[in-house]
Amino acid sequence: MQLISWATLQGSLELGIIYAIMALGVFISFRTLNIPDLTVDSSFTLGAAVSAIMIGISQPFIGLAFAFLAGFIAGTVTALLTTKLKIQPLLSGILMMLALYSINLKVMGGRPNIPLLNKPLIFSFLQGLAGARYTKLFFLMLILALILFLLYLFLKTKLGLALRATGDNDQMVRALGVNTNVTIIIGLALSNGLVALSGAIIAQYQGFADVSMGIGMVIIGLASVIIGEVLFGVKTLLRRLIAVVLGAVVYRFVITVALWLGMPPTDLKLVSAVIVAGALSMTVINEKFQSWKNKRANGGCEGGQM
Amino acid sequence: MLRVADICKTFNKGSINEKTALDNASLFLDKGEFVTVIGGNGAGKSTLINCIAGVYEIDAGRIFLDGTDITYTPEYKRSQYIGRVFQDPLMGTAFDMTIEENLAIAYAKGKPQGLRPGITRDDVAFFKEKLALLGLGLDDRVKEKVGSLSGGQRQALTLLMATIVKPKLLLLDEHIAALDPSIAKKVLRLTDEIVKEEKLCTIMITHNMKAALEYGDRTIMMHDGRIIMDLNGKDKQGVTVEWLIDQFSRKVGAQLDNDRMLLS
Ligand SMILES: Nc1ncnc2c1ncn2[C@@H]1O[C@H](COP(=O)(O)OP(=O)(O)O)[C@@H](O)[C@H]1O
Ligand SMILES: [Mg+2]
Repeated sequence: MQLISWATLQGSLELGIIYAIMALGVFISFRTLNIPDLTVDSSFTLGAAVSAIMIGISQPFIGLAFAFLAGFIAGTVTALLTTKLKIQPLLSGILMMLALYSINLKVMGGRPNIPLLNKPLIFSFLQGLAGARYTKLFFLMLILALILFLLYLFLKTKLGLALRATGDNDQMVRALGVNTNVTIIIGLALSNGLVALSGAIIAQYQGFADVSMGIGMVIIGLASVIIGEVLFGVKTLLRRLIAVVLGAVVYRFVITVALWLGMPPTDLKLVSAVIVAGALSMTVINEKFQSWKNKRANGGCEGGQM
Repeated sequence: MLRVADICKTFNKGSINEKTALDNASLFLDKGEFVTVIGGNGAGKSTLINCIAGVYEIDAGRIFLDGTDITYTPEYKRSQYIGRVFQDPLMGTAFDMTIEENLAIAYAKGKPQGLRPGITRDDVAFFKEKLALLGLGLDDRVKEKVGSLSGGQRQALTLLMATIVKPKLLLLDEHIAALDPSIAKKVLRLTDEIVKEEKLCTIMITHNMKAALEYGDRTIMMHDGRIIMDLNGKDKQGVTVEWLIDQFSRKVGAQLDNDRMLLS
């Protein structure tokens, strides 16, 4: 069997970096706010769609900004459904996912797929620069580092602190005079903004936007978050954020290796689901294992004694 | 300072679980007055505090704080002026955030929020100074997560958070009930110190009748959603726990459920 080529690994790393932006969005909703927001699947596509149609209309980077904005609005609507109309977060997300499917198709002008070949993209300006092989990778790293830095700063502001506390203990936050509806709206908006931004960059990276490209995204994001937590810890905020990024990269590598081992690409979503189910049940499995060990350690007295 | 006028609150109205928790309860608190509240399980003590804090909207009556009608003000807005400590030590703090971050959120009360730095160096110095006053060694641990603190430490921290920006009203709902006796005593003493020092208008619910008599300027007893006894100033002096229990059975015609009440 042949070894994985360096080009494949580098591609995998690049994808991991782009998906890490999405995973950071999922981290904000699932972990920071403690809200299982399923809007992600279609706000990812929304970002891709918006940035795809913006190409040719304006600068590709402005397209990214609009993609972020579109995701931001989508997240705001989900949050309004939850906070103002008191629809359960899970349902709010599903409703938005459904609604956005139609909206995404509208944005894409009714086409399920928009190819972006030979168009000016965010990566175009890199052509002709020295070290052509790695420019894309460095450029993506730069974007991710910038986002990570800004997000970290934001979560350390007064608003950021209140937002994090909302996920921890919303009653306390209200008792301290903060409107938790506002923190939830801002959190979900920011989360889906990042997800849409990630979708936009993916579209530019792979050269097309597809109406179904976001399916399963929330699970991939969650898998990245959990893998990051397990492998790299949760001690401080900065560590948590970096763990999410590393989790996204590791997830991508796992998928790459699985594909290289011959897994058909159509099984990808199944594997993602299994990884997340496994990771989510880890605590239960751990407890079961502990109690089994304890029982064994207690030896023969299991049946007989009082 | 606080005027609660004939408030009513019924839970699950119209269902078989209908429960009237407050039945025309009225209460008037002067500036700086410290009131302790006693009463059996389900008497409506927590509901009274929660209605004042805005957790529940009331069915009838009015609530005024410092001359302002706050009857329909949302909870988070009232909280600008009201400090609260809950019975459950988990309720008052964000466990996954550090001590200084928790204090910073509390300290931001009534100040412009937004994208300013959450904690400045001056803030930390101030927090350490305040934490030192608690005498629990928390001033050296500001960067630790609250999740690592004991129940008593958390309640003391919550108390500090509730008062770090001086509130017009402090509401304490059995905030020492879940603590070990020794640490409970300490938190109770801290409470008394802070309330006296800041001259805070305070309502303290307690299951400990002795503490209720020992602390505060005034003690009220609740039963079935009503205030059935109000011992003020000199009336309160010399009152014993036995006398209180006796009064209770006279007024209610039943024994006080003293399984949860600490009589000594
Ligand atoms: N959120 C709620 N929903 C329904 N019933 C409640 C609620 N809160 C309190 N009650 C009921 O109201 C009554 C008064 O409760 P509470 O104020 O908690 O009593 P206390 O604090 O004096 O023990 C009790 O019968 C209780 O079961
Ligand atoms: Mg109670």
